[in-house]
Amino acid sequence: MSAIAPAPGVDTRQGTILYVEGLTVSFDGFKALDDLNLYLADGELRCIIGPNGAGKTTLMDVITGKTRPDAGSVFFGSNIDLTELREHEIVSKGIGRKFQKPTVFEKRDVFENLELAARGVKTVRQSLFGRLSSELSDRIDDVARSIGLAQELERSAGDLSHGQKQWLEIGMLLMQDPRLLLVDEPVAGMTQPEVERTGELLRSLAGTHTVVVVEHDMEFVRSIARTVTVLHQGRVIAEGNMDVVQADPRVVEVYLGE
Amino acid sequence: MTAARRGERALHTPAQWTALAVFLALAGVVLPLANLLPGEGSVLRVPDFLIPLLGKFLCYAIVALAIDLIWGYTGILSLGHGVFFALGGYAMGMHLMRTIGTEGVYASELPDFMVFLDWKELPWFWYGFDSFAFAASMALLAPAALAFVFGWFAFRSRITGVYFSIITQAMTFAFMLLFFRNNTGFGGNNGLTDFKRILGFPLQAPGTRVGLYLASLLGLTLVYLACRFIVKSKAGRLLTAIRDAEGKVRFSGYDTLHYKLFVWTFSALLCGFAGALYVPQVGIINPGEMTPANSIEMAIWVAVGGRGTLVGAVVGAWLVNAAKSVFTVAAPETWLFVLGGTFVGVTLFAPRGLAGFAATVRRRPRESLPAKAPVPEET
Repeated sequence: MSAIAPAPGVDTRQGTILYVEGLTVSFDGFKALDDLNLYLADGELRCIIGPNGAGKTTLMDVITGKTRPDAGSVFFGSNIDLTELREHEIVSKGIGRKFQKPTVFEKRDVFENLELAARGVKTVRQSLFGRLSSELSDRIDDVARSIGLAQELERSAGDLSHGQKQWLEIGMLLMQDPRLLLVDEPVAGMTQPEVERTGELLRSLAGTHTVVVVEHDMEFVRSIARTVTVLHQGRVIAEGNMDVVQADPRVVEVYLGE
Repeated sequence: MTAARRGERALHTPAQWTALAVFLALAGVVLPLANLLPGEGSVLRVPDFLIPLLGKFLCYAIVALAIDLIWGYTGILSLGHGVFFALGGYAMGMHLMRTIGTEGVYASELPDFMVFLDWKELPWFWYGFDSFAFAASMALLAPAALAFVFGWFAFRSRITGVYFSIITQAMTFAFMLLFFRNNTGFGGNNGLTDFKRILGFPLQAPGTRVGLYLASLLGLTLVYLACRFIVKSKAGRLLTAIRDAEGKVRFSGYDTLHYKLFVWTFSALLCGFAGALYVPQVGIINPGEMTPANSIEMAIWVAVGGRGTLVGAVVGAWLVNAAKSVFTVAAPETWLFVLGGTFVGVTLFAPRGLAGFAATVRRRPRESLPAKAPVPEET
């Protein structure tokens, strides 16, 4: 048996990969998400923006199973109810998340980081007795090339620059063969050339993957986004391309009113 | 590239295998022969008292490996491993009690302490311990089962860090109190002792002592190789990943509960194994082995030797116990100060233990190389 399992059966025949409907999450009476609706088309690149406390992170937490909603539904494709699954099960269905702060395994090298992240059987027994297959090794080389770290495979992840760590983390997501990538503030703290490379990388992933980027950097959002969703107080207040969204009076009010 | 990686994942380099073989030849052949062959009084003779003492050290080394696996590699500090060690010891002790037969003080079929308590028949949980195989499997299964249940609840509730360490202390303390009671049925505060023989061999005979020592050496070697196999496998890399960023491992699609439970249970099983080898060599097991201080001392061996390196843990166990043997004879009242001082010193000046210290010293000359003036090629 190959170490790489077949892609899980998410049904996107309707052309939509994520259905979020009537989603409500409250913490001690504070509504982090308030009857939120969001649909993602299969293969699109979507940016989600909004002021602090708008509910962006909570939305990601619900999609990845870290937080359970009080009301509403989250479906992956038309057939997988994400609110019923645990974190690692959601990952195995094909949803990967990159956190705001880059978390890579600092003491392990780039190759091992990618290896640990790879899709496959993840039981204790497989990890103890499994051997590194040549397909997996090739796949690691491919991903390392696409994130620009092909020359750094032997370096320990702790020694990488901040930008390289962010790319490594995106690479680790790619190793899981996800259909949907959730990327939290990918360019925070990056130098300008790194920001540009990250933009290219994310654009190149769209199409074969659905990519959701949560970002504060408006310049960056403008450079990559086709569709932008603006959240405010747990609701979607505007959606469309960047020019339409920026002209929306409610968006202007939210951003200027801060 | 791939070939090099696979090579790196071999259990040991040829040099390391050689070092292991040399150690085994010295400890497994030369040392026992030096005890058995030279006559009494010869300078070459290894004195009799040293054999069970070294055998004890071998058992401690197994415990150190077990703690290193769960603490050094997985980042979960247990301050209650003494209970697993003691349970393994009790299982073996129960078997040794049963083989005394009617040679006890009261010449009864029952162990002496039961006669003393005026019990008329063997309690049900002593059934089966007449058989060595049964006792040996209980020495492994009882600690493993306790660890599995305890770990399942603790890890499922995501109890981590110092909270976990504290409840492991509470666990060993609770078991100590339980075993101190006469009515629990394991000999109360006196524990189990006065053993006569194991598998038919008299325990006091020099040959038996050497045999037990060799069994401990074999046990340590097997445990070491098993631990080495684990830490060199992908599972081993996952354990260190759990230690450094557990959330990330979970988001990479692994159920970390299973990994933690596996290594925790396996670690407890190894401690039980060590306890079972230990008891016939020291001739007694009592609830003193379950005192919280005992478990803390075990963690200190690993801290001194170096967390996260297997050899470091073994060496730490030996050094601390060798120091203990010397100090408790030469100046008993100073021992706890020495132990505490060592722990503070290691924490302050060598946080990665002696193994980490050695690695730093070894690396230093190489790092200073580029700073030197380049040597001309031609002479």
